[in-house]
Amino acid sequence: MEQSKVAVRRLSHWFGTPRSGLMVLDDVSLSLAQNEFVSVVGTSGCGKSTLLNIIAGLIDPVAGDVLVDGGPVTGPGRDRGVVFQTYTLFPWMPVRKNVEFALKKSGFTKKEKQALVAHYIETVGLKGFENAYPNQLSGGMRQRVAIARALVYNPAVLLMDEPFGALDAQTRGMMQELLLRVWEEHRITVMFITHDVDEAIFMSDRVLVMTARPGKIKQEFAVDLPRPRRYEIMTSPEFVALKHAIVETIREETLKSMALVNGGMLPGAGG
Amino acid sequence: METSPARDLEFEGPASPVRRRNRVKLLALREDIPRSVYLLAGTGFIAAVLVAWSIATYGGYISDLFLPTPTAIIDEGVRQYERGILVQDARASIYRIVVGWFIATLCAVPIGVLMGNFKLIEGLLEPFIDLVRYMPVVALVPLTILWAGIGDEQKFLILFIGTFFQEVLLIMDNVKTVPHDLIRVGYTLGLSRFEILRDIILPASLPGVWDTFRITLGWTWTYLVVAELVAARDGLGRRIMEAQRYLATEQIIFGIIFIGFLGLVTDYFFKITGTYLFKWTKER
Ligand SMILES: Nc1ncnc2c1ncn2[C@@H]1O[C@H](COP(=O)(O)OP(=O)(O)OP(=O)(O)O)[C@@H](O)[C@H]1O
Ligand SMILES: [Mg+2]
Repeated sequence: MEQSKVAVRRLSHWFGTPRSGLMVLDDVSLSLAQNEFVSVVGTSGCGKSTLLNIIAGLIDPVAGDVLVDGGPVTGPGRDRGVVFQTYTLFPWMPVRKNVEFALKKSGFTKKEKQALVAHYIETVGLKGFENAYPNQLSGGMRQRVAIARALVYNPAVLLMDEPFGALDAQTRGMMQELLLRVWEEHRITVMFITHDVDEAIFMSDRVLVMTARPGKIKQEFAVDLPRPRRYEIMTSPEFVALKHAIVETIREETLKSMALVNGGMLPGAGG
Repeated sequence: METSPARDLEFEGPASPVRRRNRVKLLALREDIPRSVYLLAGTGFIAAVLVAWSIATYGGYISDLFLPTPTAIIDEGVRQYERGILVQDARASIYRIVVGWFIATLCAVPIGVLMGNFKLIEGLLEPFIDLVRYMPVVALVPLTILWAGIGDEQKFLILFIGTFFQEVLLIMDNVKTVPHDLIRVGYTLGLSRFEILRDIILPASLPGVWDTFRITLGWTWTYLVVAELVAARDGLGRRIMEAQRYLATEQIIFGIIFIGFLGLVTDYFFKITGTYLFKWTKER
């Protein structure tokens, strides 16, 4: 079998001490194939961000390991780009500088950097906004700059933590199509966290559903819809059936976690 | 069928938006109000205080000993200016303020930045700083004389103590407000901790730090009288203490107002430079 691009093996993590701490991930294993687009969905607080941060090398897991191209991850690295859920542009820099900042550690000449920056700003459709400051941009535009910044140094893996979570439905739809276009063009491996099931199916080759905290991979859904995908696909019978199955799976977990919170007072827990 | 309610609706339709647009909500929560109203309110309030003061003093309701008339205060200012005392005092005091605040800031910024970034250093220093912070500065005057003599060094020391221990905690908080995700971006781009500190944390916290400068320089001004309490030949604070001995109320009040005025000027200096330097913080 072909070696996977990213492999997560028997990963467990908790915050605080083992005795009084909070178990967040419990024996998670998954793998992303080269150029695969995989979404992770799950109830709020199940550990999605923690999982992503561990793969990014920002958190040291308590147990288990992460491999990229077969080599263990020991910290953050430029082989993995990250787009965060919050707006993380540097507000004191105009768009161009924000994107160029990502090239600080690259060996490019000034000229090459400028060309790369211009290219990626154009890719995310922000030509003409090079000198705008983040406070002059809408939320969608800011996330596009963040995507350009994560792509400009050409990482092999792109990790995205609910990048469109704060956007309205219209903007979101446009961003999804834009991201798919970029992905089809650049052919990188993407792990995409979301709690929007439509979004997950529309974008992905595979959708992983996590259990309630402590998170594990509960079930995996292959999305065998043809690409390139257009928005109309969301009303096709295959899409709707898949969505139904995934929503049901998440619902079970949501009920479980609510039952836990309410001391088992909620009916229907576990299903 | 023609009913009157229908006609009313039709008639009121276009009329109500016009009425709404004209209604200025002066007390809406956290909403902007017209600039003119804003300025009028501020100057109006000062004018009202002046009027009340004038009525109380010119009307003879309050004795000169407790509260002199506005003209007596102005006369006192003119007198001090003509005799050269005012400029000499102001120069001495401003010098002390600037040096005292500058030294405090020079220490507070690096230490505050370290405390805000490294829990170990915060844990090391915060209990001590908190302890000193609550010590009354006036009570430290005798000690400062013992340590630093009776020259300007002692004044610097008082102003330093009054400013530094507050400022360092504010700087620490400024640094801590930098969102953690910005720091994480730095890590994912392969930056070292030092580079993240220099290229992300410092610029991100600068607007807050600038505001801390504004606030703490104000506090330094408030410690001026304490600094010039003992063994000062000149200075605005010194003049006030001296006036107390002769019950020269107009001299006291003039001094207070003048210090307040100078404080206001420095405040506006930081405010105006701040809005100019940090335009990028304004959310549309
Ligand atoms: N640094 C931390 N220290 C302690 N607890 C933490 C820390 N970070 C996260 N947690 C807890 O771990 C759990 C999982 O957090 P995580 O952010 O991974 O969830 P999530 O699945 O991304 O949720 P959401 O969908 O709301 O973003 C939560 O209960 C959270 O409170
Ligand atoms: Mg999250």
